[in-house]
Amino acid sequence: MTAQDGGPTTGRDQRQRRRRTTRPRLPVPWWLPVPAALGGLFVVVPVLAMVGRVDWGSFVALVTSPASTTALGLSLGTAAATTGIAFVLGYPLAVLFSRSTARWVGVLRALVLLPLVLPPVVGGLALLAAFGRLGLLGAFLDEHGLRIAFTTTAVVMAQVFVSMPFLVSSVEGALRVGGDRYERVAATLGAGPTRTFLTVTTPRVLPGIVSGLVLCGARALGEFGATLTFAGSLQGVTRTLPLEVYLQREVDPDTAVALALVLVVVAVVVIGVTSLRTRAVVA
Amino acid sequence: MKPLLRVAVLVAVASLAVAGCSTQAATIGGSARTADPAGPTPSTGPTGTITVLAAASLQRTFTTLGERYEQTHPGTTVQFSFAGSSDLVTQVRNGAPADVVATADEATIRKLSAGDLADGWPQDFATNTLEIAVAPGNPLRIHDLRDLTARDVQLVTCAAPVPCGAATAAVERAAGVDLHPVSEEQSVTDVLGKVESGQADAGLVYVTDVRGAAGRVDGVRFAAAAKVVNTYPIAVLHDAADPALAASFAAYVRSDAGRRVLTDAGFGTPAR
Repeated sequence: MTAQDGGPTTGRDQRQRRRRTTRPRLPVPWWLPVPAALGGLFVVVPVLAMVGRVDWGSFVALVTSPASTTALGLSLGTAAATTGIAFVLGYPLAVLFSRSTARWVGVLRALVLLPLVLPPVVGGLALLAAFGRLGLLGAFLDEHGLRIAFTTTAVVMAQVFVSMPFLVSSVEGALRVGGDRYERVAATLGAGPTRTFLTVTTPRVLPGIVSGLVLCGARALGEFGATLTFAGSLQGVTRTLPLEVYLQREVDPDTAVALALVLVVVAVVVIGVTSLRTRAVVA
Repeated sequence: MKPLLRVAVLVAVASLAVAGCSTQAATIGGSARTADPAGPTPSTGPTGTITVLAAASLQRTFTTLGERYEQTHPGTTVQFSFAGSSDLVTQVRNGAPADVVATADEATIRKLSAGDLADGWPQDFATNTLEIAVAPGNPLRIHDLRDLTARDVQLVTCAAPVPCGAATAAVERAAGVDLHPVSEEQSVTDVLGKVESGQADAGLVYVTDVRGAAGRVDGVRFAAAAKVVNTYPIAVLHDAADPALAASFAAYVRSDAGRRVLTDAGFGTPAR
């Protein structure tokens, strides 16, 4: 079923129709809910415990202070920029990785996905080695009057470094799952590689792209270690919400908890909205 | 679907109950621990293991002090946990199993209530002042705080909420200078790191940090620094497993032998 065949439909209509057409649920082993529930609680309980710590009386005042709103704005702006850049650079990477069988591509793939397992602070050190003032490329850029360190650009670079692999691996997974028969058919019908890429491949893996973008954006929003190491921390320039939370924790745990809650809400909203969208696209 | 849901709910309730029990168990364990100290203390002088929480800027000196203490007090082991002063205070408040705490300023240790500390503590054991850290050889010829306001100097300082940041703000007021750092770091070691790596041209750090960097940065003293002196307090914790051993180590830090190690690292001696 596609979104087109029923004319204009709302998300709810689609979901109801889908529910009617689904096959009977596959039974799960009787013991499976036990570890599943423990796993769920392990994540949910700490978040709820933190919400319980929020001082609601002063919540609005804490969250709307200039330092907080500046940090939130910077976080949203940089995360959006990061997601855009990660899409433009990461999607083509994912396509190449999924199409190639060469061994060196496998090695390259492992390297590109390295930030997934690397502690972010190590990512920050790596960025310093490349783009720092005395770094490989940084020294050259500095000579030409281009300074990256301590700028918002550095924040976005740190975020792209740690979050783009999420997009690449998510999209690559989607590309591999579907196989390439539609692309081959398109080719036999005379469509060139660019046209096939834009009109066959991209719509086919759109859900994978969307979930990749969500993961990437959420990871960028929470980026801390690489930003602190590579970009520094200055209000309005490089101090994103996670850095502000960490700093406020030193003096004012109430503010830190309130800001942390804002971060949680933003993340939940982003994931919630996009998962609805994804379902609409998949349905 | 329905029975499955019921199982899930049951499991959720059960695991919540388990979580509740284990919290209780932990509290019981905690109180048992505080009742413990009278037991294993031998009459011939304290032996055993103590855990010392100390400010990050004390890492080198306290490691040395710990080794010397173990040598002169056979049968003792001193374990350290180094972190930012505020983190240490948070750890103590949340019941970290520790015996002694030493912070980088008095304001931070004051956040602990009287019930957290043993009677008679905290006591001051060292002082520290700020210095300008610059690249070796001081290529930008920085000689005073005022030189840091030049536009082409990339200055890094501590953020106001952390102890070294509070000292920085006080120094600015004392000197009547308005600094515009390109970054306000979370800890003094981060400031030092940015100068060491060449990312920043100058940073405001403690005298002891410059000496500890052993030539990787040069220190520039400035007049206003003397007006802002950070005092380091040490305290035995109320819940110390072995209060006698803990007090013995804290006294050693304040002894002449301890002072010598601290002075060698650049720390000052507080007024008694």
